[in-house]
Amino acid sequence: MTIHQSIPGEDAKPAYNYAYLDEQTKRMIRRALLKAVAVPGYQVPFGSREMPLARGWGTGGIQITAAIIGPDDKLKVIDQGADDTTNAVSIRRFFERTADATTTEATEEATIIQTRHRIPEAPLTTGQIMVYQVPQPEPLRKLEPRELETRKMHAWAEYGLMQVKLYENIARFGEVTTTYDYPVSVNGRYVMAPSPIPKFDNPKMHMSPALQLFGAGREKRIYAVPPHTSVKSLDFDDHPFRIQSWTEPCGLCGAKDSYLDEVVLDDLGNRMFVCSDSHHCETRRDQGHRGPMLGDASTLHLVDEAKS
Amino acid sequence: MTMHVAPPDAALDPDPLLSVAGVSRFYGERIGCADVSFDLWPGEVLGIVGESGSGKSTLLRCLAGIDKPDAGEVLFRSASEPLDIYSVSEQERRRLMRTAWGIVHQNPRDGLRMDVSAGGNVGERLMDNGARHYGQIRETALDWLSRVEISGNRIDDRPRQFSGGMQQRLQIARVLVSEPKLVFMDEPTGGLDVSVQARLLDLLRVLVRDLGLAAIIVTHDLAVARLLTDRLMVMKDGLVVEQGLTDQVLDDPQHAYTQLLTSAVLSV
Repeated sequence: MTIHQSIPGEDAKPAYNYAYLDEQTKRMIRRALLKAVAVPGYQVPFGSREMPLARGWGTGGIQITAAIIGPDDKLKVIDQGADDTTNAVSIRRFFERTADATTTEATEEATIIQTRHRIPEAPLTTGQIMVYQVPQPEPLRKLEPRELETRKMHAWAEYGLMQVKLYENIARFGEVTTTYDYPVSVNGRYVMAPSPIPKFDNPKMHMSPALQLFGAGREKRIYAVPPHTSVKSLDFDDHPFRIQSWTEPCGLCGAKDSYLDEVVLDDLGNRMFVCSDSHHCETRRDQGHRGPMLGDASTLHLVDEAKS
Repeated sequence: MTMHVAPPDAALDPDPLLSVAGVSRFYGERIGCADVSFDLWPGEVLGIVGESGSGKSTLLRCLAGIDKPDAGEVLFRSASEPLDIYSVSEQERRRLMRTAWGIVHQNPRDGLRMDVSAGGNVGERLMDNGARHYGQIRETALDWLSRVEISGNRIDDRPRQFSGGMQQRLQIARVLVSEPKLVFMDEPTGGLDVSVQARLLDLLRVLVRDLGLAAIIVTHDLAVARLLTDRLMVMKDGLVVEQGLTDQVLDDPQHAYTQLLTSAVLSV
């Protein structure tokens, strides 16, 4: 058996279509997106494709981004709020290579923001598109394992069971202990999983001027929240929804109103809290805000003091 | 014990709550139940007795909206007009199942959420029907737990930490909390020992009379039928062989099978 191997020349077509996916697939995803936007919070099935990374690493988000990105777009990718984590760097590079996209870390400049686990601290603006990577699109799945049943529950808005879950939390712990992927009611109709963002970010989805798209690659579902749509976190009348708060500010930039990550510093119990949104934190440091631990952090070469 | 006897306002209401006409359900060639017809008035308790495999549970599933019968109709009067429960949409039927009637399963595991606390189990129907005030839901749950003789300090325990009899009582509270008009019970005392059975029967009798519930109770225990039911239907091989007032059927059985059934009861 002989193997014919050819090396593509300069004039050969590129190995992949623009933005990796073929045009048929993109069209299919766009159709699903249109339907999702038309019925806010409704999970639209779509033919999720194999992507060059494992399912569970953001294949849903990547497919949506690939379907909507164009050469004029500026893409920002964040993972747990940070622009410089492995997943974020890889996905950014993927679109630089396959879609000739310009990438950015600045929230204000970006036209498409693909995210895992966070909504940026800087307020979103009209024209921006948030693309969420979703591991489990079905908010009722842990309560009701049957797909047939959950679809009926959505179809007829039978959401009592979701409330039972919150009841259980309050009965056992005195408050709702769900801190991420906190279920929301979209446009007063569908109950939706906001993907595993902290409940801190839930209020940012409400009446947001940006279009929000959610892609679950493994579960093959797309759903959306159009701009200026109400997104209400579920709660009880006498136990209203609350977001997390911290007793100390960000150790690096001193922000008191951002979502903070706890960083363990040593085995003596020392720890610091820093903004999870790395771009937000850097911007604030550039503006001259200084947190109580910025000096220590620069001696450890964790941040570039000269830049600050 | 004092009995709370509800005034017999059932007599003032000439319209039946449930009208069953010619209900049949087949499993391929075999008969599940065939050509069953009866009327049930508000506040009335109907017993269905018969040996295992006589079609009691099949009939109950047809009546309760779980399995569609192959023939016949089930009319339920929730408002003024009777409603064929199998001609309305599934959505409407599910709404009725949540509000207007309730099902007590033989095995509490089928009727309870085993990993949800007792309070959550009782409160689920309230939340299904739109209750969104935690304090009020909890208050109602506590009230119902006390009515089924479960101590209030067990409200946050899960059903799997309860004894079989308590699970069954919890299931009854969970069903009755939404104040249904009609309750279906499939062997409510099955699998319980005799003293627990007796207490459960007492409880059921008080609740049914207090709330003026209509109930359909499937049982193979004639003592249960005698204690709880006003009317009795005897089934054999999927057919109703005899029906009438409970005392009448049990004291003066007409059909050969009913005679066999009543004479087979052990008296200690």
